[in-house]
Amino acid sequence: MTIWVMARLTFREAARRKILLAALIFGLLFLVIYSLGFYLIRQEYNRSVDLSQQSLMVHEMSNFLVMAGLYTVNFLTVMMTVLTSVDTLSGEITSGTIHTLVSKPVKRWEILMGKWLGYVGLLTLYLVMMAGGVVLAVFLIAGYTPPNLLAGLSLMWLTCLLLLSVSFFGGSQFSTLANGVMVFGLFGIAFIGGWIEQFGALVKNDTAISVGIISSLILPTEALWRRAAFEMQSPLSTMLGGATPFSSISVPSPLMVIYAGVYILVALVLAVRTFSRRDL
Amino acid sequence: MNNPQQFNAVETKSLRKCFGEKVAVADLSLSIRRGEVFGFLGPNGAGKTTSVKMLLGLVAPTSGQGWLLGRPLGDPLSRAKVGFLPEHFRFHDWLTASEFLTLHADLYQMSKTVSQPRVKALLELVDLTPFAGQKLHTFSKGMLQRVGLAQALLNEPDLVILDEPTSGLDPVGRLLVRDIIHQLRERGATVFLNSHLLSEVEITCDRVAFIKHGVVIQTHSLVDLMENGLTLEVRARPLEPEVTGGLSQWGRQVRQDGERVTMTLESEDQIPAVNHYLLDHGAEVFALYPHKLSLEDLFIQVVGTDGGL
Repeated sequence: MTIWVMARLTFREAARRKILLAALIFGLLFLVIYSLGFYLIRQEYNRSVDLSQQSLMVHEMSNFLVMAGLYTVNFLTVMMTVLTSVDTLSGEITSGTIHTLVSKPVKRWEILMGKWLGYVGLLTLYLVMMAGGVVLAVFLIAGYTPPNLLAGLSLMWLTCLLLLSVSFFGGSQFSTLANGVMVFGLFGIAFIGGWIEQFGALVKNDTAISVGIISSLILPTEALWRRAAFEMQSPLSTMLGGATPFSSISVPSPLMVIYAGVYILVALVLAVRTFSRRDL
Repeated sequence: MNNPQQFNAVETKSLRKCFGEKVAVADLSLSIRRGEVFGFLGPNGAGKTTSVKMLLGLVAPTSGQGWLLGRPLGDPLSRAKVGFLPEHFRFHDWLTASEFLTLHADLYQMSKTVSQPRVKALLELVDLTPFAGQKLHTFSKGMLQRVGLAQALLNEPDLVILDEPTSGLDPVGRLLVRDIIHQLRERGATVFLNSHLLSEVEITCDRVAFIKHGVVIQTHSLVDLMENGLTLEVRARPLEPEVTGGLSQWGRQVRQDGERVTMTLESEDQIPAVNHYLLDHGAEVFALYPHKLSLEDLFIQVVGTDGGL
């Protein structure tokens, strides 16, 4: 009951503070520009490419562009997750609004999980709108859908849950700014580690690959994206194995996905524990 | 029902809270009976707010025990029939007044059929009905305090904890708080009032506790206070220090300021003796003003003029 009340409150806050509206407006603008760009490139392609080769090339081009779109959406969702949630616990603690909430006959974990679920709902909506928009635009314009779409989008969703849980853990004990610095700091480590791993694989340097894997263990966000990209990239680019942000040479194993799941659980348990024990 | 922790509204035994090296509350031992209006007094930094937070489970005590309405501190159920108005009344100010009250009714697990009429009645009680649909960020400090007060009354509480409820309120607002405390008393509810405004406490409370350096040093019944003792203000000259010193045979707390002396007497019967003493010692007496001991006198007496620092 309390969980539901808090989840609804989180939604209402996002609406009242115009977060929903801003996300909708700029999300739609993004999709319009993306669709327009995709359409124009496709037109140009139709003119210049020999008809007999078109089908394969159009698929490759569509896949490349859909992955570029989803890569951007992934990045935007990461930003959205951290920026909206980083202040939700520490902000209420600093301002004192938390006092009237936790002095009610409620358990603190219910407050925390209610807020968490509220954010899960909000971010899921955002991801579905943005990723769904990109995929739909490509389908409508080129009649193309990337393979393993559901698996890929689920991995993007998992990235969002992962960062959300880490941000809740930070917010249960640090100030808003310190929490933001921590979450983006971890994200940066994972990001650069992912690239070290890619290039390590390209030049076949095992130490570089290990550095990349260790950084993925510190925070598996980049590993999740590369797994998602691997799932959704075209069979041809899988075969060629180029190192672009939208494809993977060194593919994270499914174990990394399980690791991410455990990571989320541990971050949430620690967040609840810290929040329940701390003085407010 | 003989067990005080079951019977009393608030019962604490040697609650202690340290933040690292710093001792915020050293020894909080309180027994507040059900139906009592209890004033909690002390200088700034004495540990009042930390004490209140321990009662509400916002801060975990380092050691000691306590019960709220018969349930151990920290147990969410101990707060089921408790209303609380925090000191700075910071609320989710993007909610309207009625949304804010509905939210907190939800947190008390009240059903909509119960909470909706209750929210309406409380808005009426604190004179905010015309502003029910207005967002809290447009509210003045006084209006925020009123809506906070309504929030503390949602669940028809058996115990209401008010942290500085009248600071920042205009006289009309203070009167409203006084009325509400009066109604709560009529209903048999317990009120725990943490306030700096001694005159306010004096009017509303049955009993007061003084806290200094994180220790409850005295509790007083205000009825006894009013019946016992009075302050005598003397104007006379010349007043040699040894003459003033001799006054302490009748009164406690003899303080001299030029030709004015204030002292605390046990009863009115001692006034003529003081007069005689002064005349016998060559002083000319211009005035003797007896007045009832005020809470302020008691506060200075108990806490000291250093403000407990």
